[in-house]
This record gives sequence, C-alpha cells and structure tokens, in this order.
Amino acid sequence: MGKMSDSIHEALSTIVGSEHVSKEPEELFLYARDPGTMQPREPDFVALPGSTEEVRQILLLANQRRIPVVPLGGGLVLSGLTIPQKGGIVLDMKRMDRILEVNESSRYVIVEAGVSQGALQAYLRKNYPQLKHSIPDSPPTATVAGNILIHGSGHLSQATGFHSDMLNGLEVVLPTGEVCQLGSCSVSPYWFARAPLPDLSGLFLGWFGTTGVVTKLAIKLYPNPALRDVMLFVTESEDYLPDILYRLTGTEMLEDLLVTMTSEPRWVEGMQMTRIHMAANSDEELELKRRVIKRSLRSYVEEKEGGFMDVLPPMKGSFLETPIRDISVFADSMKGGGFEYVGAIMPIEQFPKACREGASIAKRNRMPYVQIARIVGRAHSMMFAWGYPFNRADKRSLERAQQALDEANRAALDMGGIPWKAERPSQELILERMDPATRLLMQRVQRLMDPNGIMNPGNWQGDGDGI
Amino acid sequence: MFRDIDFLSSEANMYSLRYEPDVCAACETRDCLVKCQYMSLTSEEAREEKGKLLRGEDSRVLTDCVTCYACEEYCPNGNHPFYLIVDRQEEKGIHPVPKPVEKLQVRMMAPKGEAAYQEKHSPLINLCAFTPFEKISLQGKLFENISTVGGNDVFCNLMYLHFGRSSIIKERVPKAIETLWKCYVEKNLITEMICFHDECYGTYTSWAPAYGIEVPFKPVHFFRYVLDELHKRKDEIKRLNMKIAYQRPCSNRLIPETQPLVDEILELIGAERPSRTYDRENALCCGGVMRFQGRDDLADDVQRRNMDDMVATGAQVCVFNCQFCLLTMGEPVAKRGLMPMLLSDLCRQAIEE
Repeated sequence: MGKMSDSIHEALSTIVGSEHVSKEPEELFLYARDPGTMQPREPDFVALPGSTEEVRQILLLANQRRIPVVPLGGGLVLSGLTIPQKGGIVLDMKRMDRILEVNESSRYVIVEAGVSQGALQAYLRKNYPQLKHSIPDSPPTATVAGNILIHGSGHLSQATGFHSDMLNGLEVVLPTGEVCQLGSCSVSPYWFARAPLPDLSGLFLGWFGTTGVVTKLAIKLYPNPALRDVMLFVTESEDYLPDILYRLTGTEMLEDLLVTMTSEPRWVEGMQMTRIHMAANSDEELELKRRVIKRSLRSYVEEKEGGFMDVLPPMKGSFLETPIRDISVFADSMKGGGFEYVGAIMPIEQFPKACREGASIAKRNRMPYVQIARIVGRAHSMMFAWGYPFNRADKRSLERAQQALDEANRAALDMGGIPWKAERPSQELILERMDPATRLLMQRVQRLMDPNGIMNPGNWQGDGDGI
Repeated sequence: MFRDIDFLSSEANMYSLRYEPDVCAACETRDCLVKCQYMSLTSEEAREEKGKLLRGEDSRVLTDCVTCYACEEYCPNGNHPFYLIVDRQEEKGIHPVPKPVEKLQVRMMAPKGEAAYQEKHSPLINLCAFTPFEKISLQGKLFENISTVGGNDVFCNLMYLHFGRSSIIKERVPKAIETLWKCYVEKNLITEMICFHDECYGTYTSWAPAYGIEVPFKPVHFFRYVLDELHKRKDEIKRLNMKIAYQRPCSNRLIPETQPLVDEILELIGAERPSRTYDRENALCCGGVMRFQGRDDLADDVQRRNMDDMVATGAQVCVFNCQFCLLTMGEPVAKRGLMPMLLSDLCRQAIEE
C-alpha cells in the first residue's frame, strides 16, 4: 500500500493515538489468526479505539477509503469470524472496557463492547453479589458483547434462553458513521428492554459484524442465590435424552442443563452425563429442588436405566466453576494450540442422532471427541457441540479436524440444525439451504447498512459477491 | 475396549461361595432376615424367603435388600448370608443400582495393569481406592514412618457387593492380591499389610476365605495400627473428654471382631461413646448406597433417625472410619451441630496435632 498505507496509519494514529494503532508484522501476525482451523490472513492495521467517537471516526475513514473493518472482541470465537479475510483494519475493542452502570432495581448492566466476561463477573461479585449474568464456557477474556452478538449461551440459558435474549439495548456505529441507540435507551434514559419498539437490534445479532460496530450494550442481570448445587444423572442410551431433558426442564427448577459425552477418559465412552445445575436461597429450597428433580426421573431409576451419581466435593467444585475450566483442558488435549468445534443450534429431538453422528465422524477421522449439549430454555432448543482438538503443528491433524468439522456442519444441517457462529465454509452451506427470499432480504439489509461493503467482508456472502 | 460386565470370566467361575445350605436350612433364629433393619419379616416369612434363596428361587429379599452387609454379622453360624444374596442377585440379573451407574463404576475402577515393583517398608498401609484421601487422612506423627500403596491395581473391589456383582470381585480380587504380593510385599520382605479401610480388611479376612481365595500376607486392621501408635505415644495423649457418636461403616459388618478396637482407642484418648439405639450391631447405614439405588426417601429417613439418635446422646463429634460415609453424612451431621471427623483425626487431636 506504500504511501496510502502510511496515510491511513497516520489517520488512525490521529484518531486513537499512535500507541493504539499498529502495522507491525508481529502484531499483524497475532491478529491474523484464531485458535481454530481457518487459514490465517493478516490485516493491514490494528486499531484500538477508546470511545464511541473514535469508532465513528475510524468507520468514516474506512468508508471513505473503502477499507475493510473487522470488529474484534476477545478473539476467541474459534471459527475465524474475526480473521480479516480481505485485510484492512482489525478494530480491537478491548480498550472500551468500562462497566458504565448497574441498575440494581431493574437488574441490568450497561457495558462497553470490550468488557470481558471475567471482568464483569468479578465486578458483580465484588459490588453486587446479589446479581449475576449468564456466562459462557469460553475463557473469561471472551467479551460480553462478542458472545451476545453471536447468539451465545451459558450458565443461565436453561432458565433464560440465548444470551441474545438477555439483551436490553445497543449503541451501534453504522458503517456510514451514524451512532444509533437501539431499544428503550433510544427513547428513555433507562436501558431496561427492547420492547415495545420495533426491534432493530436484530440488525446486529448473528450478523458477524457485517452491519456495524456495537460500542455499548445493556444486558439483563439475574438474582444470584447464595446456594448452588449440581446433580449428575448417568445413562447409557442417547435415545433417552430427549425425554429426560423434557422432564427436567419441565420441573422449572434448573439454572443450567448440560449433557456431556466424551471419548476420554475411556471409561465414560458411550455414557451420557447429564449435569443438572440449580441454585437456591436456603437449604430447604435446595432440598425441595433436588427432590423434585429426582422425582422427575424416578422411572428411569426404578427401571435401572439411569441413575444419579454422587458428585464428590473435588468434582463438584469443578462442575460448579463458571466458566467450566475442564473444557479448556480438553481443548488442549492434543497440544499444539488447536481447537475448534461445531456448535449447532438444534431441536432437542435430534439429540440421539446428533450424538451418534458426532461419534461416528470422530471415529472416521481418527480423533478424540467431546460432545456437549447445552439446553436453551425449557428444551426449546439446544446448542449441540462436537469438539475436535488438533495439533496445529501437525498438518495432518489440522486437516483431519477440518474434515471432521465439515462433516459435522453438514450433518447438523441434515438433521435440521443450524451451525452456530459458522465459519465461512459453513456459512456457505447455510446460505445454500436458506429460503431464497430470506437470502435476498439479508442481501438488501447488508447493502442498505453497509453500501460500500467494508464491514467484515467475506462473511455471510456465499461464494461470490454478496449473498 | 472395556469388557462387557455381564461377561463372567473363567477366573470368576473358579471361585464359589463356601457356605452350608443345611446349616442355613436348620437355622432356628433366621437372624439374617429377622434382624434386618430395612426389611420387615416375621420369623415365618424369613424362613420362606430363606428357603427361596437357598433353592435359587425368586425372593423379595433380592430386590428389597439395601446391601447394608449387616446380615453377615447377624448370622449366628458364620454362613455368609449376604454373600449368598449377592450371588443370587447376579444369577437372577438383578441390579440393585441403576445399570449405567454400575457400569461406570466398574469401568472407572478397573485395574490398569500399571503396577510394578516398588521399594516399600513396614508399616505398609494399603489405601486401596482411597489414595486421593492420603494427604488428609494419613498426616502427622501417627503416620510419619509409613509407606503406602493404593490405586486401581490393588483396589479390593468389594464395593460391587452393593451392585450385586460378585463376578467382578471374583475376577479382580485374585489379581489385586497378586499385585500387592509381587509388587509391594514379597520382595520387600513385608509380612503385614495394614488395611486403611474396613472394606479391604473385610475382603482379605472375610470375603476371600469365603470364596476359597488365598491371601499370602497378613492383613492388619487400621484400628490396630492406630492403637499401637497411640500406645507408643501414651505420654503425649491429652484426654479429649468429649462425647462422640460413631458411624459404623457397612463393611465393618464383615469384621465385627474389630469393634472392640474402636472402644480401646476411644478409651485411650478420653472420648466417650455413649450408648445409643443405632450403634454397634444395631448401626444404621450412612444412606449413601441407598441414594445410589434411588431410594432417597429411605435414605432420608435412615439418616434422620440416626442423627436424632446421635444428637440425643449429647455427642459433640460424629466419628467416621469410612471416607464414603464421611462424604455422605459429613454435611448433614454438621448441620445438626456435630463435628464430622475421621477417627484418625480424632486421635491426632488427642496428641495435640
């Protein structure tokens, strides 16, 4: 880019300060990749804005100069969504890390887009121990905004739905430089809800940063009861799980509901371990919940087809961690720093098939596997993840993981599910199957919002120009 | 792959229970069933059910048994009624515990075949499956010169009595004994092996002889070791002057001869074990296995009666010698105002550690 590069670098330096912009190769190297299987691609610049105004100025510059812009949160999406497919500017939001307001009575928090899950969790524990937010099982450096915007899920999802359902409002900067407030905050000083207005937040949820840059958001907070517990129910037939999950969610007693199936350690292979999380304000309430939960599965126990396992203190401690550390341990099981998973949002009734397909794909590709289903809502859907660790230093290991991921993506779609935070090849698979009128609508929205196509180009674009 | 647990190996088939059906049939007391605290049988009903068990017929005992082991102690003839019940459960395909839980435990605790010779010295304590508890259970002066063994390869496997799976025990115990002998005992010229848990001692002194399995080393109960160590430090003991309730573990039913050792230890450290309804021969199960079986209402009732009884004696501490009992009842007794404590820790307290 030569002189043009210098002038853009200078302009970015003027906006964010020279210490917050870089085109140094070692930094471009880092921003070119994530821990997943997608090929790296270096940006031309990295900029770390400190305010909405700085974001606005960068977008005005980029829009004028037709420079791609890729917003980045914690960089932990794993599926390459923040790899700058066409170069340009990676807009690292981590400097915008202020927790702006906690409204205790209406139970919401307003944060900047760079606030991490861990920072918000620590802040609430210290200052508002009676409140909590729903945390995904990503490392704590993942951002709150990033997870909301990809329709993430977490430790309260059984109780309250997808994380995007917990969104109260947004502040966004459009590619053309306008700053918009969405939700109640567009009318009121309070960020209490998206209702009753036309819900424009949908223009930014699930779009992978192709429609604008979110700079602030409000999310719902929830009561944080003093007591928490986890029960473990074991079965040896995936066919039972849709019914078990239906019964458990029907009790209305749970916070979180997860099912794990892994090939390691080998003694758990073929077993489904259903983790039932609950919280309560008193021993009596917790005991009542335990009883109701046990009663809901009594027939399985009586028929000896399923049973509750004692969760001993050390294991209980690890189960009750938020986020769950064991997932990161498994992610690193092949060493070499590679891990990716296909998480598909699916109907519960496909659990048995998803389980069998996942094991079969892993076997075909000679890989260990972990499968985790997190139940969203009252069994309204689930995020079913097929995880494949790989050794990045081993080309064949990487290729096997790519192959397994591709097979898992196709299998998910064949089962009526939809790959979550889909990497580019998977986006293409989704678009191929999408209702043509919906594709056209997406195309129109993208062109309306981003007339020069600067926002995270390469995503939601199928195999050609535009959808 | 894991071997299917329904598979009965040739090793397992080699061993059969040594009991006297005629003695059993002629028994006038039928204490094994009449004294049972979880099934209510009259003497006549007990006679009928006992007959069915002896003939290998279906009996409600096989499904109602909570596997508390107590009938092994109640039998006046030493004729192993509980081992017979477990054998019959397996023959009938009865699973006291849900099958996936059983399978998971069987797989998880399978021998790894990793044991090799290691230099050990006396006193050698066999932790069996309780190696994770070594640091918290065997600390301080009482244990400063010990060596230990433990892990899956030397696991006694007797817990599968709760699962109605004698075959697993029969298959694995001879191998565990061989491993203990070859890897830790024989070449180190060790003659005695201290069993940390009642279940291990019960395996080597009750269950193995009942099935004709030879044990080449001398098992020593943990109580005996602790008592001997306390005697060595008699001058250091400061009498505790407290009342305790003792939670007798199920596997102690296999070795009731060790109970006086508990009394000796308590006497030595100045802890009173007041008489109560649910102690000694009339002890109640901790409830853990009942929960495994899905009998939560029964477990709740048993625990409540047991703890009411403990509290009524004015006990300040609930003493355990089984880590599983401690994990099951520790929190409930604490909520009732009793400090849960292992016997070894109580002894350490007496020597002011």
